[in-house]
Amino acid sequence: MADPHVPHEAEVVERIQESPTIFTLRLRFTDPARHAAFRFEPGQFNMLYLYGVGEIPISIVSDPRDEHLFDHTIRVVGRVTKGFTQLKAGDRLGVRGPYGRGWPLRRAKGRDVMVVTGGLGCAPVVSVINYVIRRRDDFRRLVIMQGVKHSDDLIWRSQYSLWSRQRDTQVLVAADAGAALWPWHIGRVTELFDRVLIDAARAVVMMCGPEGMMRVAIDNLLHKGVPEDGIYLSMERSMQCAVGLCGHCQYGGKFACKDGPVFAYPEVKPLFGIRGF
Amino acid sequence: MNNARPRIAVHKFASCDGCQLAFLNLGEDLLALAQAVEIVHFAEAGPVDPDAAVDIAFIEGSISTPEDAERVRRVRANSRYLVTVGACATSGGLQALRNFADAREWLAAIYAKPEYIQSLATSTPISSHVKVDLELWGCPVSGRQLLAATRSLLFAVPPWYEKDKVCLECKRHQNVCVMVAKGAPCLGPVTRAGCGALCPAFRRDCYACYGPAENPNAESLARRFEGLGLMPEAVARRFLFINGAAPAFAEAGLKRRGKPHD
Amino acid sequence: MESGFLPRTRFQTLLDALHRAGYRCVGPRVRDGAIVYDTLTRAEELPRGMRDRQAPGRYRLEQTGNPRFFSWANGPQALKPFVFAPQEPLWRSERNASGEIRFAEISPPAERLAIIGVRACDLAALRLQDRHFQEGVVADSHYAARRRNLILIAVHCTHPADTCFCVSTGDGPRATQDFDLALSELDDGYLVQAGSEPGRELAAQLTLTRATAAQREAAAREIEESAKSQTRRLPSRQLRDALFANLEHPRWNDVAERCLSCGNCTAVCPTCFCHSEAEEPTLAGDHSRHLRLWDSCFTQGHSYIHGLTIRADTRTRYRQWLTHKLGSWHDQYGRSGCVGCGRCIAWCPVGIDITEEAAAICGGGTHG
Repeated sequence: MADPHVPHEAEVVERIQESPTIFTLRLRFTDPARHAAFRFEPGQFNMLYLYGVGEIPISIVSDPRDEHLFDHTIRVVGRVTKGFTQLKAGDRLGVRGPYGRGWPLRRAKGRDVMVVTGGLGCAPVVSVINYVIRRRDDFRRLVIMQGVKHSDDLIWRSQYSLWSRQRDTQVLVAADAGAALWPWHIGRVTELFDRVLIDAARAVVMMCGPEGMMRVAIDNLLHKGVPEDGIYLSMERSMQCAVGLCGHCQYGGKFACKDGPVFAYPEVKPLFGIRGF
Repeated sequence: MNNARPRIAVHKFASCDGCQLAFLNLGEDLLALAQAVEIVHFAEAGPVDPDAAVDIAFIEGSISTPEDAERVRRVRANSRYLVTVGACATSGGLQALRNFADAREWLAAIYAKPEYIQSLATSTPISSHVKVDLELWGCPVSGRQLLAATRSLLFAVPPWYEKDKVCLECKRHQNVCVMVAKGAPCLGPVTRAGCGALCPAFRRDCYACYGPAENPNAESLARRFEGLGLMPEAVARRFLFINGAAPAFAEAGLKRRGKPHD
Repeated sequence: MESGFLPRTRFQTLLDALHRAGYRCVGPRVRDGAIVYDTLTRAEELPRGMRDRQAPGRYRLEQTGNPRFFSWANGPQALKPFVFAPQEPLWRSERNASGEIRFAEISPPAERLAIIGVRACDLAALRLQDRHFQEGVVADSHYAARRRNLILIAVHCTHPADTCFCVSTGDGPRATQDFDLALSELDDGYLVQAGSEPGRELAAQLTLTRATAAQREAAAREIEESAKSQTRRLPSRQLRDALFANLEHPRWNDVAERCLSCGNCTAVCPTCFCHSEAEEPTLAGDHSRHLRLWDSCFTQGHSYIHGLTIRADTRTRYRQWLTHKLGSWHDQYGRSGCVGCGRCIAWCPVGIDITEEAAAICGGGTHG
């Protein structure tokens, strides 16, 4: 029986600095057979191991059809992510995964898709946006909603412009505070819900970011007529084992690592927004 | 830290030297340490260059004289990363007991010519004077803590630091709880882990030499000690000891000091 | 299936049979003022005549002069440390000069272990740990390796402590599941009952006499009396809805005033499974071990995610523990996570009583 706790060696093929505190590592397992067998769905995550320092869960942001590499976008926040900033092309790390339940992309097929993010929590849903845009005919309208504290926090800024020029696509970006030449809304992202054009009853909404932001977004969406089970959210909790054993990621009776991290809203509704869970 | 070996210094302030011994008692690891870093100042071990610029400065001892208050600023200015080691440097230490008394009166009672003694009225932790990057608690610190912190810095990541309670370590060692089974006034439930629950492993009650853990409920524990039969002053003395100046302990202790023994 | 009667004078033959089969025997011994599980080679090492007195935050032993070996209620340990180790390395990594990293699993020692004196509550807890560690999406190989090397000699509990409430959780005092042998202790010896094939093989090696009807009746009566003597109870076996309907109950603040947030309850709890992982590199940096350690929902680290602590205060930590133990366990494993062993009551340094807190929050009495 293979030990579920043990990582496998992977190599950094490319490192991309996205912003002063955010970078992307493009990886490949050093064992070609393992790499060839590696499959994942958008919204799933890997445990990344920094030699001698520790492991952290990071979502996979690349397209599942990309057979060459898989990408992780990392924001520098703690001791392990600080350590990861030093990695450059050719460096080795440990990877195990993929883990968890990803975004409901099969269910979203043939429907309007709306993506809502806030803060810097955009990486997991950017994989959804790219997925939809690459398979544009499989989906109907695409609405992208992103809020940031300050306009400088928006990474992939040029991509938002690019996306906004796609057909049947609406991009709504807001910054609480904006620098000069900010083309989008100044204020809370949640102020933009009136402008959202979707077939609410059949839309699939996917969101991640701070829970306070998601709470407000859910209330607005329900008011617009989006059914509760059309709303999916990615719940971030402490994860150390990623296989439902260590207990840190429990959210009521759910284990975010294996039952999530993506949940349909009705699954988490009873505890959502209650401080301490 | 770049590829060159990081330069380290070990400075001593008001202290007993016991924490410096935690370095010297590392055994084989001391050789590994000497290879991994360049020790530029460590008077107790030999090298003396107190004003050298270093990557990591370890500080033992508290600030108890005007001269030391000045010296610690120079150490800070010369160091990229500053680590306090031990109770004295981190909370003021045993000598901070004078913070709760009239230090001048004590001086007069002990020294024939107290006017020759130049010392501050209080003993204070390094963090009261300069910015501290990492605090290692313990009286003394353990070699394991020093090595783990150094290794993290060599990996160029912030060191991990212990903040859980002694009880977690104690139960992992499967010790029998001295408080529940013997009624001993053990401070483990409010004290930071890191010692490996050394005292309870020898059937003794913890006396909090690793300082307060995160989220300590010293007041509830103090009430429990009273329930075990300790007089208020005895409870106060449990808390007002090696790390008595740490706010969580000072509060629970001082509240009971001077209370009549009823 | 009852196999017969083993006189107390021949208890050593049970240990001998286990030793011959390659087992290290672990059983109740007195250490540091408590009954703990420790290596057992001779029957004389058993705690003959020892009786425990337990109360919230208090445990004491006394000698009664009674000839029995098992006239006590559980001490601080359960079976948990023998299957889910308090701290153990999971794997190691090595980095060579060119930066390549190699990983290797570290397997637990494959020691065959016979545990003697196991109580019904702890067997029920083991069943829950089995479900958590080896019957989920992935099986934990470290737990599984220890678990399959265990042989369990249960003793039906005839001396519950004042802190016990296994009757109200439905888990005791009679052992009914997952044992290899179960013993009923009488004044002169033991009724032996096999519960598995290895148990039957073991019983066959003992020289047993035929049990008399009087012995059977005495054994049944003792277990019945043991059940009747329990005074604590949980308000119900299903408290999930009541707990989650009372998340803002003032009692959570009240218990947070007393709770030390020290995690002792979770460490002695035979079902608590939370653990943290840690890295232990050598100073030279050439290799590193990845460990796991018992953790607790009462630590800050348990709910820490990059800069945010979800449960920063004791109120939310205690609430997490109780709502999980008595509430969301039902969603995870189809029953409450409490087996009524009472350890969290006795070994809480400030004597917080789970049955009292549950009753205060959910309603219902705790005694009766």
